[in-house]
Amino acid sequence: MTSTDERTGTDERMWTARLRRRAVTAWPPERLLPDRQPAYVASWIYVFGVLTLAALVVVLVSGGVLALEGPQWYHDSPQGHFVNSLHLWSVELFFFVMVIHLWGKFFMAAWRGRRALTWVTGAVAFLGSIATAFTGYLVQSNFDAQWISTQAKDGLNAVGVGAWFNVLNYGQMLLFHVVLFPFVLGVLVVWHVLLVRRRGVVPPFPDGTPTAQPAEEVEQ
Amino acid sequence: MSASSVAATPTDAGRDAPVWTGGYRRYDLVKEFVAALAVMALLTVILAAVFGSPDKPAIPLAGWAQNDPNDFVVTAVAELDGTSGTATYGAPYVNDPTAGQKLGPLPLQRWGGVREPIDTAEDFVLGPLSTVTGDPMLTAALAQYKAAPADQQQKWSGAYADALDKAPDNDPAKVAAGDYGPVPVLTSRLLDLARAGGLDGQLLTEKGFYQTDYAKPLLFLADGAYLEEQARAEHLGGNQWGMMNETGRYPGQAWLWLYTFWYQVPPFNKSDNGDALVWALMMVLSMVLVLLPFIPGLRSVPRLTRVYRLIWRDHYRQRR
Repeated sequence: MTSTDERTGTDERMWTARLRRRAVTAWPPERLLPDRQPAYVASWIYVFGVLTLAALVVVLVSGGVLALEGPQWYHDSPQGHFVNSLHLWSVELFFFVMVIHLWGKFFMAAWRGRRALTWVTGAVAFLGSIATAFTGYLVQSNFDAQWISTQAKDGLNAVGVGAWFNVLNYGQMLLFHVVLFPFVLGVLVVWHVLLVRRRGVVPPFPDGTPTAQPAEEVEQ
Repeated sequence: MSASSVAATPTDAGRDAPVWTGGYRRYDLVKEFVAALAVMALLTVILAAVFGSPDKPAIPLAGWAQNDPNDFVVTAVAELDGTSGTATYGAPYVNDPTAGQKLGPLPLQRWGGVREPIDTAEDFVLGPLSTVTGDPMLTAALAQYKAAPADQQQKWSGAYADALDKAPDNDPAKVAAGDYGPVPVLTSRLLDLARAGGLDGQLLTEKGFYQTDYAKPLLFLADGAYLEEQARAEHLGGNQWGMMNETGRYPGQAWLWLYTFWYQVPPFNKSDNGDALVWALMMVLSMVLVLLPFIPGLRSVPRLTRVYRLIWRDHYRQRR
């Protein structure tokens, strides 16, 4: 007995074949990129998730341009300063739309129906975004960076992690901000979006008495 | 069932999130994303062009020494006699079992260990001065200070610190006569070194040519009053919601409002362990946010507040 497909030569026990089978089962193309949504997906609140993703792209692109020229560029050149302004305002917009997205999903109780992990990845991504933005403020190499780092060190030191997350170490913070945190955040965001596509958009609460306590508000 | 409706079918079940059996509508996700990207990019460009971004230059030690020499000297004496903020900080800079914040009985700060050891007298004052050549008076003062027993060093620097405290504007030139040993020479030469711009580099490159760790110059600067005065003038003080703001009229890190809020109210703003308490509280609240779907009561708030009926008003209107 063999699981090898004689026509294609594919062994279904291969790790590659197994991974492909699981991925295609979880995300068939129509589910990954659907062109239909349930009729209830009809509110402006749904726009804020995709606005958050779009703002993140602007953050990454403007940050990428800053990275190309190095950390002193924006102090010396009007062009650099403008790109720094783009980076700052894209971050402000990113947080603005993300917080609206978060509140919207809260009031929809969007974790219902095996979607708890979607909520968890989104919430961790929100906290990760705060950490990433914070390190950005530390690596501005200006007065704000001096003040924020000397203030923030007390919080991190008070809980014993200040030597590992050393806000006074410009090199470490720059690498955290440009490499480590964006990488982690990127993984979280991709995971979050894949879960949204896998589970679909949460349906409305069933009509009826809202006081009835459901057996399980979360299934995960 | 068409492929597209399979795609959009919620894969859930249960009384509170039933499988959707209603209709579907066209929804062009890619077009929506491209439009969102255009809107966000355009808004970013407009905001950046109209408001720009703050970039108040960093304060070099030279700037501090030139603009507030008296504060610089007071700070240098405090580094020398071990009474400065850094000298009494505890972990991770100084080994002092009595120093450091605690969370209840847990000395978390001390548990972190002294991993960035700093000897403020040596690292901030004596070490940099030892590199200066061609100044016989300084060389003699350094030799006298280093040769003296520790308690004599303390007497000199302590007496000079008291005298500076009593002098008008803490001005070293107006200090009453007294036995300060070589301390006034040491601090005045450190002031000269800093004014000339030499101390910035000294504190940064003690470990070698390539350095990116600004801990020493930043800690020294923060031990003085000058940095905080500048920050308070820019509404950045700790009790001015400082951590989340930035210079100028910019929104800053508005998302840190809750973290910063605790620093404005008791017991956090009164406690010696305020940072540890705020961090512990924020850790708990962050976990609550992340694990909200699993917390009975809190997870029912959306259902009970019924704000969802606004979001899905078309859906409920059609079902009526």
